[in-house]
Amino acid sequence: MYAQMIKSEATKDDPEQLAAFQARIDAGDKIEPKDWMPEGYRKTLIRQIGQHAHSEIVGQLPEGNWITRAPTLERKAILLAKVQDEAGHGLYLYCAAETLGVSRDELTEMLLDGRMKYSSIFAYPTLTWADMGAVGWLVDGAAIMNQVPLQRTSFGPYARAMVRICKEESFHQRQGFDIMMKMVNGTEAQKRMAQDALNRFWYPALMMFGPSDAESVHSEQSMQWKIKMNGNDELRQKFVDQTVPQAKYLGLTIPDEDLKWNEDKGAYDFTGPDWSEFFDVLKGNGPCSTERIEARQKAWDDGAWVREARLAHAAKKRAAQVAAE
Amino acid sequence: MSNGWPLWEVFIRGQHGLSHRHVGSLHATDAAHAIQNARDVYTRRKEGVSIWVVPAAEITASSPDDKGSLYDPADDKIYRHPSFFDIPDDAGAM
Ligand SMILES: [Fe+2]
Ligand SMILES: [Fe+2]
Repeated sequence: MYAQMIKSEATKDDPEQLAAFQARIDAGDKIEPKDWMPEGYRKTLIRQIGQHAHSEIVGQLPEGNWITRAPTLERKAILLAKVQDEAGHGLYLYCAAETLGVSRDELTEMLLDGRMKYSSIFAYPTLTWADMGAVGWLVDGAAIMNQVPLQRTSFGPYARAMVRICKEESFHQRQGFDIMMKMVNGTEAQKRMAQDALNRFWYPALMMFGPSDAESVHSEQSMQWKIKMNGNDELRQKFVDQTVPQAKYLGLTIPDEDLKWNEDKGAYDFTGPDWSEFFDVLKGNGPCSTERIEARQKAWDDGAWVREARLAHAAKKRAAQVAAE
Repeated sequence: MSNGWPLWEVFIRGQHGLSHRHVGSLHATDAAHAIQNARDVYTRRKEGVSIWVVPAAEITASSPDDKGSLYDPADDKIYRHPSFFDIPDDAGAM
């Protein structure tokens, strides 16, 4: 998902305290920043929320790529609003992470020097306008699937950030589907563009949920702590079952010859993505990985003087105020 | 190690007469800047008609360890809740 392959940190706390903590979580209590928590819980959450935040921020880049070239003024305004929402999502999440004792600047530095990751999906390019449709429909669609249950996660600030985010995501997915509808009802060339976008984004979208649960050795502790709410395979299946009829509605073909309805399980059978590609992308070898981090690094460097100047200006104003009093 | 801007807590009053409610936090260099940022981050969909910003460092919070002693006195005063009293239906709306 937006936070993939989050390794739960080992915890070396007093067993009695640990048991009391687990009992609170089992009882549905929310854990708040000043409450006692195991070191592993804190560290795992910093990594998970941080990666989620980075994904929202880096995720602006592939869509930002098309703002200046949107086909109409209205589409441009809509896309701009969508991308601005994603910036907001990043900020809600950075604030949630900060309550755990890490600073926003530290988080940014960890993204830039590779100690922290962002979702694999944003390492793929957006080549045509139809990709704006596919991203909203599939990528935001997949994100919703993961974020809705996270509204019930055990860490209060994270859960509250998720509530805000979920309120805004539905617009994102719908504007994407709306673009797809327009494209498939357009010229033959536009229809081909829509199909091509689906072809390119289908498997990367399936990767968003992370590797099969059988291989996710770290899921168990996170599930127990309620910072991971569902299994990866379970959510992926749900996503496929929801998306296939939508593709059909659009008159588009899912690029999977083995995709078929399985009456017994009441769900689709489908081909999984190429996991070696996924691990490679996560290592920073995706088609746009270098470009994405370069863009973030440039924004960070170019913004340095603004961050400093604002601080200096505020200090000067404060000094003048004190002198006047 | 943050050399960054100070943290502000943001409170917003919605349109329907409810109190200001904490919505989250943000970084800004001074109060006016914090209001500007709060507008962009927390009211993109007309979520409110009034914004308060407070430096996070200025907030004094009760300690989670006080949970017991701070709220215990309420435990034995269940008569504060109206459901404590049995009023017969015959008495009419109350
Ligand atoms: Fe988002
Ligand atoms: Fe979104």
